[in-house]
Amino acid sequence: MSGRSGDWRTEWALRAAAAALLGVIALVFVTVLVEAWPSFAHNGIHWFLPGGEPDQEFKAMITGPQDPAHAIWTFHAWPLIWATILTTGFAVLIALPTAILAAIFIVELAPYPVRRLAEPTIQLLAGVPSVVYGLLGILVLAPWLEATFISQGRKRSVAYVVQLTGANLTLAALILAVMITPIMIALTVSALQTVPRAWTEGSSALGVNRWRTIRRVSLRAVRPAILGATVLATGRALGEAIMLNMVAGSRSFAPNPLDGTTFFFEPVQPMAAAIVRYIEAISVPTVRHTLYALGAVVLVSTAFLSLASWAVKQPLKRYAARA
Amino acid sequence: MASAAPTVPAPAPKPPPGLYRASLTRDSVRTWPLSDRIAYLLCWGVGIGLCLIAVAIVVFFAVEGLSYLSVHLLFTHENASPNQSSSGGILDPLEGTLILTAVAILIAAPLGVAVGVWLSEYARPAWLARLVESAVDMIAGTPDILLALFALVIFARPAFAFLSSRSENGAVVGKSFLTAGITLSLIAMPMIVGSTREALALLPNHLREASHALGKTRARTVRKVLLPLVRPDYARGATLGMGRIMADTAIVIYVLGATERLFSAGGPFPLSVLRGEGTTLTSYVYQNSPAGEGFAPQKAYAAAFVLLAFVVALNLLALFIGNRGERDRRSVWRAIASLGGIRRP
Repeated sequence: MSGRSGDWRTEWALRAAAAALLGVIALVFVTVLVEAWPSFAHNGIHWFLPGGEPDQEFKAMITGPQDPAHAIWTFHAWPLIWATILTTGFAVLIALPTAILAAIFIVELAPYPVRRLAEPTIQLLAGVPSVVYGLLGILVLAPWLEATFISQGRKRSVAYVVQLTGANLTLAALILAVMITPIMIALTVSALQTVPRAWTEGSSALGVNRWRTIRRVSLRAVRPAILGATVLATGRALGEAIMLNMVAGSRSFAPNPLDGTTFFFEPVQPMAAAIVRYIEAISVPTVRHTLYALGAVVLVSTAFLSLASWAVKQPLKRYAARA
Repeated sequence: MASAAPTVPAPAPKPPPGLYRASLTRDSVRTWPLSDRIAYLLCWGVGIGLCLIAVAIVVFFAVEGLSYLSVHLLFTHENASPNQSSSGGILDPLEGTLILTAVAILIAAPLGVAVGVWLSEYARPAWLARLVESAVDMIAGTPDILLALFALVIFARPAFAFLSSRSENGAVVGKSFLTAGITLSLIAMPMIVGSTREALALLPNHLREASHALGKTRARTVRKVLLPLVRPDYARGATLGMGRIMADTAIVIYVLGATERLFSAGGPFPLSVLRGEGTTLTSYVYQNSPAGEGFAPQKAYAAAFVLLAFVVALNLLALFIGNRGERDRRSVWRAIASLGGIRRP
């Protein structure tokens, strides 16, 4: 049979659907990048550097002259970038060992009845809406944190710069860790389940006890997957906006490590949370371009992370289980 | 008899104390070195701890939410009123959630299954297939706030005025159930595409070969042979996608408008509601929390409880679709993993 196959109409219809989806997705990225460009163009490299406080700069944009010739473009995103680095970094730091231990528990150590109950329960954590986490954080955990860890003396020590409340870096990192742990667990569980039984059985046959088998054989075999899980969880953490807006303090302050332990209780505002905070003012052109610029940075960071993880994983794949 | 009497083996030497194994066939934790035992306990602790956190969240919202929830609250409309007790209930957000989820999943499910089938069975030309894969993967990892930003700009263009309403000065509002539904469908799409593709890939080739040997085209094979077999899988993907749609807040607040009640734009009945603005449970919780405009934590708790109940129900439903075998449980983990991106690392 030559020429068209019998189902060419269906094939063309499906191909059109796929191409349309591709078009819409490409449109999303192109729009974000195109709308972001003016903010970068007006600020240059200073967009990324410290030099001003984003809260005040946004206010200047909103209340300042609105005509294009005199609109205010100045923006220094460093406090937001630093806040994003801190919250994401701490969250991943907490989530990574938790997720690995929980994944081992689910796949290897839990007896079947326990596992049947534990799996859906932990999967539930992935489905809880971020606004529910935010509500929990701001109404329950923040006051508790404030009462327990933030004494009056601590507040006085930085009162001239910033107000300390329960909504701060620590709370944000903790709740963010709870949010991204299920993703890491999911990826690690999937990977652990593909480790060939011959490897683990061989190790046990050599007399290695179960834990050491897990550590030296299974975990080593899934190292690329764990790295991939970390990257994807970081990407998810970068994009979390609503929960962080409610819980992280909503003041664009760059925590100062020199403050000692108070550093952990200072308010932060990661980039995505800043977008949520100022999106009401999106009708102001300069604000709009700045918000898109923030979004573009988040987008490019996520894409860059995926690329970097792929590159770093290649050497590890020599010892890995074929996923 | 030429054989010697069987020799009695000498009694086995007693093992030195401390090396006694609890049983000869199983590797008992009691015999492990201390560090291994600590690690074992840590694993158990973390696993049980995470379960406890999940249970605590559900129980907390159940207790708080049920104490404020009443039948009255559930079925009355929201009224703006300074007096909390007469300010109405959560019927509007509830309707909004249901309408929005329906719109979004009605767009996402057929399109997602179609793209999944194309990627799995056709995938020609190869460069287009790779691009589509990468695109779906990237959108899976994209934060919802970025999609909200995109929707705010695109749907405000006059070309899309039919999707929403116009304000008094003629500008396109751009916020409606239709626009928010389209944006949210992008969120659920990767799960559906991924689950369809994986399920189709797991089907053995002899099914396709037998169908082709009988003279059936690929389209007919897919429709009559393959798709019915993977129905549980993409149904599960769609259910988890619905869970994700219901849980989304950023897009709902900014692309749906987060108004108090469902507004109707002009036009015939279903279209007027769909083209109007509205609110859902998520934006309602946000508005009533300290981060939003109102400060009514009781209502926030009640709405959060209803939302959580929906999410738990959807999760349980996803688990029970299909034969509940090992493969189904694994696919739920994979669907959750797609929250970060569907490309298997």
